[in-house]
Amino acid sequence: MRIVTRSLLVVAALGVAGCTNPDRFGANGGADGTAGYNAGGDVTTGGIDDPRSVAYFQQRVGDRVLFAVDQSTLTPEGRATLDGQAEWLMTNTEFTAVIEGHADEQGTREYNLGLGARRANAVLEYLVSRGVSSARLKTVSYGKERPLEICSEESCYAKNRRAVTVVAAGLTS
Amino acid sequence: MMVRILALLLALTGLSLSPALAQDGPLRIEIDEGVIEPLPFAVPDFVAETPDAAQMAAQISRVIAADLAGTGLFREIPRDAHIARVSNFGASVQYADWKAINAQALITGAVAMAGDGRLTVKFRLFDVYSEAPLGDGLQFGGTETAWRRVAHKVADQVYSRITGEGAYFDSRVVFVAETGPKNDRKKRLGIMDYDGANIQYLTDSASIVLAPRFSPNGDRVLYTSYESGFPRIYVLDVANVGRRALDDQPGTMTFAPRFAPDGRTVVFSLAQGGNTDIYKLDLASGARQRLTDTPSIETAPSFSPDGSRIVFESDRSGTQQLYVMPAGGGEPTRISFGKGRYGTPVWSPRGDLIAFTKQHQGRFHIGVMRTDGSEERLLTASFLDEGPTWSPNGRVIMFTRETAGAGGAPGLYSVDITGRNLRRVPVDGAASDPAWSPLLP
Repeated sequence: MRIVTRSLLVVAALGVAGCTNPDRFGANGGADGTAGYNAGGDVTTGGIDDPRSVAYFQQRVGDRVLFAVDQSTLTPEGRATLDGQAEWLMTNTEFTAVIEGHADEQGTREYNLGLGARRANAVLEYLVSRGVSSARLKTVSYGKERPLEICSEESCYAKNRRAVTVVAAGLTS
Repeated sequence: MMVRILALLLALTGLSLSPALAQDGPLRIEIDEGVIEPLPFAVPDFVAETPDAAQMAAQISRVIAADLAGTGLFREIPRDAHIARVSNFGASVQYADWKAINAQALITGAVAMAGDGRLTVKFRLFDVYSEAPLGDGLQFGGTETAWRRVAHKVADQVYSRITGEGAYFDSRVVFVAETGPKNDRKKRLGIMDYDGANIQYLTDSASIVLAPRFSPNGDRVLYTSYESGFPRIYVLDVANVGRRALDDQPGTMTFAPRFAPDGRTVVFSLAQGGNTDIYKLDLASGARQRLTDTPSIETAPSFSPDGSRIVFESDRSGTQQLYVMPAGGGEPTRISFGKGRYGTPVWSPRGDLIAFTKQHQGRFHIGVMRTDGSEERLLTASFLDEGPTWSPNGRVIMFTRETAGAGGAPGLYSVDITGRNLRRVPVDGAASDPAWSPLLP
């Protein structure tokens, strides 16, 4: 169940000790999946058909993986998505990423923070295992604080149990 | 009894005593023996002893009545049923008139406003059937703006004298005030009287804030904020709202802080590399000690009132369960064994019980158990109840209850440890994560 490789992670954590601010739901919407969309301009540079664009990463590559209830184990579908993310990150080396771990609302607040940390870390470890430098990756847990879907049914919970890779151009500042 | 009351009173600010008969009557609620019938009491409007004090006197009487009735242990006899009229604080009590309406306790008082922004409140408590005062008459002084606190102090006196328990009305609650839709909640710290009055905000809502916790004397608040982009613990000075980050270690996330009873040590969770463990931090020296070291999630630590032990939750067994360990770390003992998952344990200020959140078969409960895990009792049940906090006397638990669905929102509720008297705390707007202060000085 646990897929932690601690030594790797400590390196990752120290390596990216910058100060990007992933609390960005208001401005460019990391967690709601709309960040960086080039409204109405899909074929222009930076649009969804530009393979180097954030929009392409989010929609064509897929910026998120989903988890089973109370689990942080990657599914086969999740691994396939992350293979694409790793490839994209290896190609677009000017991007860094913050991996957000989220939980559904069916849990206590503190535990869900721990669970979100596990999920984000599972993604980080997988990307690193596919060759992405840990220096380009950070993790953050939002626990149950930022659901994507707001109904109180499994159809929504399934989409909320997620880890979202939020990419941004340039070095972390 | 009198020694205890006097010691308590001498600690109160601006207090002076006006002696009366120092005799305890038989009027008593033994609330651990299953009170069903609330004790009927009467609070005629306090007498205005200066011409401009009438409105204040009425307001103070109403807050006292609300405090007592809100416990579920007392029932107010409506004022329009009163026969006797109290127009002179010093006049002798017409016991027959109060017996006739079945008032077992009578609270009389007087309010004077000096015109310099200060007020004086006197009160007396009578056991109607014994036809005798219950404890001394007392006089409280304070500023006019603090009139609700003075009212709470009077009610605390009445509550303690009749129940024999510690008081809790003159206390505050720090909490998270919430606005906005469920997928974009704005959160900020609020602080208010225990009954929802006098809300003030301690932070803005630019960043997510979570789970504030009072220091043992109420002067500081620990909380978790995302203002750095990552969950991190801050300590805030209640008086001047100054704050600083605690233990700022890059590459980590910190949350779930609580003070030790000495107020100098903080216990909290730190997540690094996907793993969450419990740490202790000495505030003065910054020295940090790791208390757990397992690949499971260890969080929600809470000290015993004597500071010797810590209760926390861990999923090392496969699901969230409660454990107790020595305050310096060491082998923990599992204490929860019922069906379901147990989290957010909080040690009672009396030391005898641990309150917790339980999830079982899709429902959430607030419950209590003895500190060895025995005698588990569930007090509430709903779609989502979580995060208990104790009243200063260990008698009442406040918690978050969130409703289901797209329009779901959290509110604050309180319940007696018997499971009776479930009430919504009247707060404007959505609110979560309450933490009860100690009794104010």
